Amino acid sequence: MLGRFLARRLAMLLASLLVASFVIFAALYAAPGNPVAALSGGRSLPAASLAVLEQRYHLNDPFFVQYWYWLSGALHGNLGISITLRENVSTLIASRIWTTAGLVAYASVLIVIFGIGLGVLSGLRRGLVDTGTLLLTAISAAIPGFVAAIVLILVFAVDLGWFPALGNGTGFVGNLQHLTLPAVALAISSLAIVARVTRAAVRTESGREHVQTAVSRGIPARLLIRRHVLRNAAIPITTITGITIASLIALDAVIETAFSLNGLGAYLVQAAESKDLAVVQGISLVLVTAFVVVNLIVDLLYAVLDPRVTLGSRAQ
Amino acid sequence: MGAAALIADADVRPPGTGVLGRLRATGPAGLASAGVIVIAMFAALFGSLLAPYSPVLTNLSLAWVGPVGGHLLGFDGQGRDVLSRLLAGATTSMLGPLAVVILAMTAGALLAVVAAWRRGAADAVISSGLDILFAFPGILLAVLAAAVFGAGLLAAAIALAVAYTPYVARVLRGAALKERGQPYVAALEVQGVSAPGICLRHLVPNMLPLIIAQATIMFGWAMVDLAAISFLGLGVQPPNPDWGVMIAENQTGIQQGYPLPALAAGICIVVVVVAFNVLGERLFAEVDR
Amino acid sequence: MTGPGPAPGPAAGPESGTLLEVDHLTVRLRVEGRSRPVLRDVSLRIGPGEAVGLVGESGSGKSMTARAIGRLLPEGAAAEGAIRFQGGDVAALTGSDLRRYRSQVAMIFQDPRAHINPVRRIGDFMTEALRTNLGVRPAEAARRAVEMLAQVGIEDGERRLRQYPHQLSGGLLQRVMIAAALLTGPRLLLADEPTTALDVTTQAEVMAILDDLRRELHLGMLFITHDLELAAAICDRTAVMYAGQIVEVRASARLHDDPLHPYTAALAAARPDITRVAPRLRAIPGRPLSAFEAPDGQCAFAPRCAYAQDACRETAPGMAELDGGLSRCLRASELRGKLAEPEAADA
Repeated sequence: MLGRFLARRLAMLLASLLVASFVIFAALYAAPGNPVAALSGGRSLPAASLAVLEQRYHLNDPFFVQYWYWLSGALHGNLGISITLRENVSTLIASRIWTTAGLVAYASVLIVIFGIGLGVLSGLRRGLVDTGTLLLTAISAAIPGFVAAIVLILVFAVDLGWFPALGNGTGFVGNLQHLTLPAVALAISSLAIVARVTRAAVRTESGREHVQTAVSRGIPARLLIRRHVLRNAAIPITTITGITIASLIALDAVIETAFSLNGLGAYLVQAAESKDLAVVQGISLVLVTAFVVVNLIVDLLYAVLDPRVTLGSRAQ
Repeated sequence: MGAAALIADADVRPPGTGVLGRLRATGPAGLASAGVIVIAMFAALFGSLLAPYSPVLTNLSLAWVGPVGGHLLGFDGQGRDVLSRLLAGATTSMLGPLAVVILAMTAGALLAVVAAWRRGAADAVISSGLDILFAFPGILLAVLAAAVFGAGLLAAAIALAVAYTPYVARVLRGAALKERGQPYVAALEVQGVSAPGICLRHLVPNMLPLIIAQATIMFGWAMVDLAAISFLGLGVQPPNPDWGVMIAENQTGIQQGYPLPALAAGICIVVVVVAFNVLGERLFAEVDR
Repeated sequence: MTGPGPAPGPAAGPESGTLLEVDHLTVRLRVEGRSRPVLRDVSLRIGPGEAVGLVGESGSGKSMTARAIGRLLPEGAAAEGAIRFQGGDVAALTGSDLRRYRSQVAMIFQDPRAHINPVRRIGDFMTEALRTNLGVRPAEAARRAVEMLAQVGIEDGERRLRQYPHQLSGGLLQRVMIAAALLTGPRLLLADEPTTALDVTTQAEVMAILDDLRRELHLGMLFITHDLELAAAICDRTAVMYAGQIVEVRASARLHDDPLHPYTAALAAARPDITRVAPRLRAIPGRPLSAFEAPDGQCAFAPRCAYAQDACRETAPGMAELDGGLSRCLRASELRGKLAEPEAADA
């Protein structure tokens, strides 16, 4: 049963990626003017460069053949050439991907530790902790990353001077220092959402009848919470955490721009501004793949955590 | 059982009727949120008229000047009146998300109702198609659209609407399926009422509370995402005022010790989004009862 | 009320001695900031090996009585009166004493699907209390669980232990619940409508298993049901509840033909009986009251009672002994013998 579920999800993943890659490729043709104009971003290129483009994109072949060449190239790590930087897109991506991966990983850790922690805490005890958490998360859930960014820079970089405001830093400690404010800005609204959903899940599960059965059998509170409340709440908590972590991949462009970080997201935005389509396509493909893979992992975890799942997709 | 029955008994309130009744049922927090939304919408419609000064006229000698008489929030980096820019900026900041929500809700509801009505193969095709479309996060699609069609609010709004549609359809499909199974639908079919007639006059109206709750929550997301895109320079273009644009163009002020212009725009976004989130959550809670 | 000490003896059935004693129990819950009674002056005694039925309509307080005995009252509940198990005050138990009490008093719930954790295996569910509270090793606990499953008629126990609740039918699951309840070697079972959620055919099976095992293991039982006839068939004595009060306690054998309270008689008449040809069923007029709705200073059943007189609306009757039973009716002795024939009701 689990095998079938896995196969189904994998097939869905491949279909999603295929559709996404198709949309990304078709962007070439959706652009006003011809594909060459789209690829050159409207710049006039020397004839030799145009010839290279035409050959690289097989622009004289039928549409689907072009797509196939492009896709198989992408699968082999060949994502084309940046018009503005005249460099391989893959090389450009490789040099920037670690900043982005580090930022998303850092923010994810914050979400898991503080989001889930806060949610469990306020879910288990009523009173001041709970009310405070509810109020705090209601507001922070509505703080967009770039607003969080300016506030964090103002307070912790400009006023207190604890963290650097902008840039990447060097070395592990330097990186960590430079990534701390961006990670907090990236995490904050997701963290609040995870905390709220966690709290609700813990409340719901605490009130289940089977918890009462366990109480009636004299299971000590500590074990009761671990085995029956948290174990069952782990299912919705994992789902929401995974979904929000996946969404960080898209939000990352905003945070990198706000903190002038040299990562994939900021580069994507620059490329979009300068209409460097090959770069936009390449980075979009990488980010969409990451997004889909994280979502798949969520589905698999869900299936592992909930024995009732056999087929179908995750519960909403 | 006794306690549950007791509480259930005590908890029975007459369900809200009409828009006002439903609003009242959301409690004081819901009402306060609705108030904030009404004010923001008013600013969106009449902000340019209300603005005491020109939102675009620059005067570099007034750059970063703080609040003074007649200029409650001072001036931005180019010497423009911040309050006037905030008021005028409400238009794109509010109407942009509104367009996204209307587009996404319409498309999503249409897909959901068609899937629920036809069931079988049509439902399977639509549902799995939606699952696959889930692969595109809104902001990413908007950036792609900007790269292709050029920066601007329209492309960004359409891209976001496309990205939100599968989500809406998924939420509404469940409700539509449930409604489809109600006995009254079969009764109307037997009487020979046409499918579009039943859907438009009965199915969709009965799903309206859910649609409104979903639209309310979604407005908050759309506002954040659109402001983010404008912040990135891919949405509303300066010098046009927009809250996202204002944060981007006044970011330098933060490091130079003039945080007010950027903060003011940020606070506007957060307050409106909190209002939509709180009201949306309350409306959902009302739907679930 | 306490009898002359525990009487030893392997014989099943009622005997003197007290296993559980509920003594003038009143429970209030906080609902919307107000304190409302859900149980009013409930007294009940269960001897070792004795089955006592607790019958009433929904909201009459029968489940709340079981919860109070199981120390499962919701947060903010205030209880007066006492519950004593083998002479010890249940309310005072803490820590390991409370855990020991809970292994002695086992609950069987109405809806096994909701009352068994859906994401843990049957084996985890059955052996949890053994492993956690009684220090039994996992392998030994599993062996005992398989044995107990065989006793409730589930043969392939080892396979069942590895399964999840959603893979079992409702009837099987309720047997699992019964087996799990018996595993810790309890002296008293609190069975809260154990068959209500099951199919009719499964109901009889599960009921038979429960009844057999209880007699075999010589367990006391509080059997909660809304079905007067079922209670009478299973239990030695039956208590009838109305609006948070016990209105009659009577030997089950005599409950139907010689009720001491008009409410009991009305309950019996409202149920179809295949052994008797009745012209038609008599529904009880009006709506059952919750305990907190019941007016003070009068008989709670008076508004629906065909025999009510002015006195019934002016004084709250206490429990009075009558012919070996107890009745909370002012006119109990006067109405004696007339209640079983509702046609004779004087308006």
